[in-house]
Amino acid sequence: MVEVVTSVGLPIDEKLIIKKNRILPFNKDFTDMKRISVVTGIHGDELEGQYVCYELQRRIDLEKDKLKGIVDIYPAMNPLGIDSITRGIPAFDLDMNRLFPGNKDGNMTEYLAAGIIEDVKGSDCVVDIHASNIYLTEIPQIRINELHEDILVPLAKEANVDFIWVHGASTVLESTFAHSLNSIGTPVLVVEMGVGMRLTKEYGNQMVEGILNLMKNLGIWEGEVGKIKKPMISRDPDDVSYLNATASGLFVPDVKHGKRLAKGELIGKIVDPLCGKVLDEVRSPQAGLLFTIRDYPIVDEGSLMGRVLNEEVCIYE
Amino acid sequence: MNKKIIYEIKGMYRDDFRITGYEFGEGEKSVCIIGNSRGNEVQQTYCCSQLVKKMKQLEEEGRIKIGHKILIIPSINPYSMNIQKRFWPTDNTDINRMFPGYDLGETTQRIADGVFSEIKDYEYGIQFTSFYMPGDFVPHVRYMKEGYTTEDDAQKFGMKYIVERTVRPYDTATLNYNWQVWDTKAFSLYTNTTSNISKTGAGQAVMSIMNFLANTGIIKYDAIVKKKARVLNDTELVSVRTAKSGFYEALVKAGDKVEAGTPLANIVNPYDGDVLETLYAPIDGVIFFIHNEPLTYANTAVIKILGDD
Repeated sequence: MVEVVTSVGLPIDEKLIIKKNRILPFNKDFTDMKRISVVTGIHGDELEGQYVCYELQRRIDLEKDKLKGIVDIYPAMNPLGIDSITRGIPAFDLDMNRLFPGNKDGNMTEYLAAGIIEDVKGSDCVVDIHASNIYLTEIPQIRINELHEDILVPLAKEANVDFIWVHGASTVLESTFAHSLNSIGTPVLVVEMGVGMRLTKEYGNQMVEGILNLMKNLGIWEGEVGKIKKPMISRDPDDVSYLNATASGLFVPDVKHGKRLAKGELIGKIVDPLCGKVLDEVRSPQAGLLFTIRDYPIVDEGSLMGRVLNEEVCIYE
Repeated sequence: MNKKIIYEIKGMYRDDFRITGYEFGEGEKSVCIIGNSRGNEVQQTYCCSQLVKKMKQLEEEGRIKIGHKILIIPSINPYSMNIQKRFWPTDNTDINRMFPGYDLGETTQRIADGVFSEIKDYEYGIQFTSFYMPGDFVPHVRYMKEGYTTEDDAQKFGMKYIVERTVRPYDTATLNYNWQVWDTKAFSLYTNTTSNISKTGAGQAVMSIMNFLANTGIIKYDAIVKKKARVLNDTELVSVRTAKSGFYEALVKAGDKVEAGTPLANIVNPYDGDVLETLYAPIDGVIFFIHNEPLTYANTAVIKILGDD
């Protein structure tokens, strides 16, 4: 059942409409029925969640009689951004994920944000799927603000991700969708996986399994669920090394994303195509897992090229 | 005058990214003035250029008092200005959301760090800044209420209005906020425009900074004595919102005095010209901010009125 979450008229003969699809079980006795919400598309250039929305519904349809709760699918929180290959909200040049909780008496963007929060709040679990950005590829991971660690880490362990990254609180992040809902008692798991503007089907399928497992734990799903990964968990900022470019140039990787690296191992080179020279060799500062790697090859001095998770945290099944 | 490179990054195919500063006087780091941080803030850089011209004259005439150094940086983001893009060319990040910066971080964090390490020890910091929405303002000076800056200092600009701003979460990564964390008394100076040049607005800005420098004893200059500025909190401004989207026709301009009931703007059907809605002044007051684009969205605060005292 496709419903309008919120909408606003645009200047020239068009409405901005944010939609969701509510999937209900055959038994429509809603007493004590749990609800999961799958949200994506807050950043218009992150598309990995699109496939998850489709595939999750396909899987539910195969065993619809096993659905025992409510599934709300919000595939496009920033529809103008998705349509115009724009990360933020077009025309405003605003990051939608810095506008929450919004304000129903505020301007258009704040009004939309408030409408979204009003609709999603009260869910028993929310999965907010992001796809890094167009520059970096990420292994499937959940990022958690330490303020909400106690409630979210147990949920995240059931989500079939490779990695759970608990990070410090930041005032700037108080205006995110996840923080706004977590602060009022609606648990939100922020997933980062893949890369902007592309689909990684393998990661999408992994995430679908994780959402089905979360649904099973909440009593929303009685159907099949595949094997669930045990994630690595990092709580210490020193676990992660950041690889920032020392020069502007072309980053040419020598290893694949997800590789276990030895300390000092070559990850890639920054080269100068004009003069045919190597400007810098990018080497791992510690032994561990390359969980982020640069996908977009042009770098400025300072551009992030990768992140390495200390091997002591990399506990594999 | 000492022209110097504040920060530099080597470009790949573009010329190197350079932030250039102009120092006047010698001694204590007294005042630092910053122009644009975003690519569309043309007026903000123009104001600095006029200020550099004025300071050259004052220095030649020996009117900068001994023991004071003034630094003017007309642009901390020439790369974005040159390609007419608001934020950083490659990753669209906002330098004014990266302070205090990080020297080992991403590009705009490094730029913020490079600038901030040079300017953080000044006693006073003044940033020409712009509103996130397109529009014209009544010129005013702003400071953060919870910070280190006081109304008495703000009065030294001799402007008509002082706005006290309530700190919001995203402010914590701005230059103004971080200046205050490092004990600099920081002000944001809003001129009337952003993406086009107003010579009158720039002239007013130069005069207000001359007033400030004179009233703080940094330059010899006959500051114009004005009555005290009206101090308001940004929450006091009464927003006039659209209910409809469409063409936007302003009927008043920034600075106009209006009575309650005065028609302020029409929202027009873009296909048949019908007036969809007329916005009226809800109170007596002054048009403090007014939208200046041909289109508007519904639910948009296109006008902000400061009510009469």
